[in-house]
Amino acid sequence: MSSDQAVHAEPKAAESGEFEPKLIVFCCNWCSYAGADLAGVSRLQMPTNFRVIRTMCSARVDPEFVLRAFANGADGVLILGCHPADCHYIGGNYRTRRRIALLRVLLEQYGFNPDRLRLEWVSASEGQKFQKTIKEFNEVVKEMGPNPINDE
Amino acid sequence: MTDKINIAIYWGAGCGGCDVALLDIDEKILGLGEMANIVFWPIAVDGKTKDVEAMPDKSIVATLYNGAIRNSENEHMAKLLRQKSLLMVSFGSCACYGGIPGLGNVTNRKGIMDLVYTQLPTSDNVEKVFPQIITHTKDGEIDLPEMYDTVKTLDQCIDVDYYMPGCPPTTNLINEFLGVVEKHVKEGAPLPPKGAMIASNKTLCDECKRKKSVKKLDHIYSPHEIAIDQEKCMLEQGIICLGSSTRAGCGAKCLEGNQPCRGCMGPTAEVLDQGGSMLSALASVLKVDDKEALLNENDIAELMAQVKDPLGTFYCYTLPKSIIKRKVTERKPFKKEA
Repeated sequence: MSSDQAVHAEPKAAESGEFEPKLIVFCCNWCSYAGADLAGVSRLQMPTNFRVIRTMCSARVDPEFVLRAFANGADGVLILGCHPADCHYIGGNYRTRRRIALLRVLLEQYGFNPDRLRLEWVSASEGQKFQKTIKEFNEVVKEMGPNPINDE
Repeated sequence: MTDKINIAIYWGAGCGGCDVALLDIDEKILGLGEMANIVFWPIAVDGKTKDVEAMPDKSIVATLYNGAIRNSENEHMAKLLRQKSLLMVSFGSCACYGGIPGLGNVTNRKGIMDLVYTQLPTSDNVEKVFPQIITHTKDGEIDLPEMYDTVKTLDQCIDVDYYMPGCPPTTNLINEFLGVVEKHVKEGAPLPPKGAMIASNKTLCDECKRKKSVKKLDHIYSPHEIAIDQEKCMLEQGIICLGSSTRAGCGAKCLEGNQPCRGCMGPTAEVLDQGGSMLSALASVLKVDDKEALLNENDIAELMAQVKDPLGTFYCYTLPKSIIKRKVTERKPFKKEA
């Protein structure tokens, strides 16, 4: 994608001037990305200020990715994976669950509100849960305000 | 003696251990004396900033700078020495990654000053006297360097040619580097490419001689809590050892001394964030068994609570060089997790 297109793809800030968070959503290829797709083809309405990054498994999301997202100014990071016992790779989502739990402790030590990072399970058939999760998370992050790293 | 090269050694925010490490190379230090004029080395020979200022630009072949940048003097000297030197070597963990002083990034200048000058049980500072950048006395003005809120690495402040991590860099790394410089001076051998890391490109586990089997630990212990098996992998015994996410090159000396690696050599080349890498590894193997599916979110949180201080453990030497770099402050207070 050229830089022009990237700028073009930037979601428009809310016209009222209120804070619109920038959300990064990591979706696993097998469940959550299909779930996001379903939400899309079902025309479910949701905020547009999130960017989806597809990974083969939620366990592919290295804590480094999350830290880089926050360092680059993301206001919230959402990681979506297959439900427990449903992982395409048998136990990937269990690894994710462990890492995110520890990463949240680390983020809190860094001074971030740990709720800026959330892990949810969204299956391929849960377009509605995808919509609900995005809506809720957007509200939660909006309430928190902008990522403090931009204040430094 | 015009064929000798000029070398300078300087310390920023460090402990002086790196300077001592240079002296620790035994008789090789004589070789250094034969090869080079030491034009500036505050810990060992007399020399003033104005002497350095008087030197022509690029007249020093190599400056070994140890210590982080945390005040205006550190920064000024780093910039001055950069101007006077052909090669700038980031020497030791503090210069490369911030090191132990880098942990100051969990707070700021005010936090540190308040703690040290008023809140410690041993401080008796009833008049609340704090160091001032400029103090007026009857004999004129005297000044102190300005301390910064954030500790920086050397390469966040100036252009750096080579990196030699370690707390302090081990004798073999120093000798390796001096050998390369000596060959370059005497025989015209090429120098390593700019940005080279004078250390191994593998992880410490590659150098560690302990027996490694399945990475699985049931409980996390501090080194003093158990009798440590000399032969077995530290992590498998339940002691957090950063070896698996740390660059090799030190010869696993701490492990030989029956202590876990704390990560002073920094991240490996493929990784940006040593702490993130170790966090990922440790979380994945901590008490893994076939009952994983039965655990709920609270059980997992409880399990991870065994890691008492992830920031201090995983970023012990690399906080200023990590992705987030320093503590941030949320605009709205949030409820602390239990």
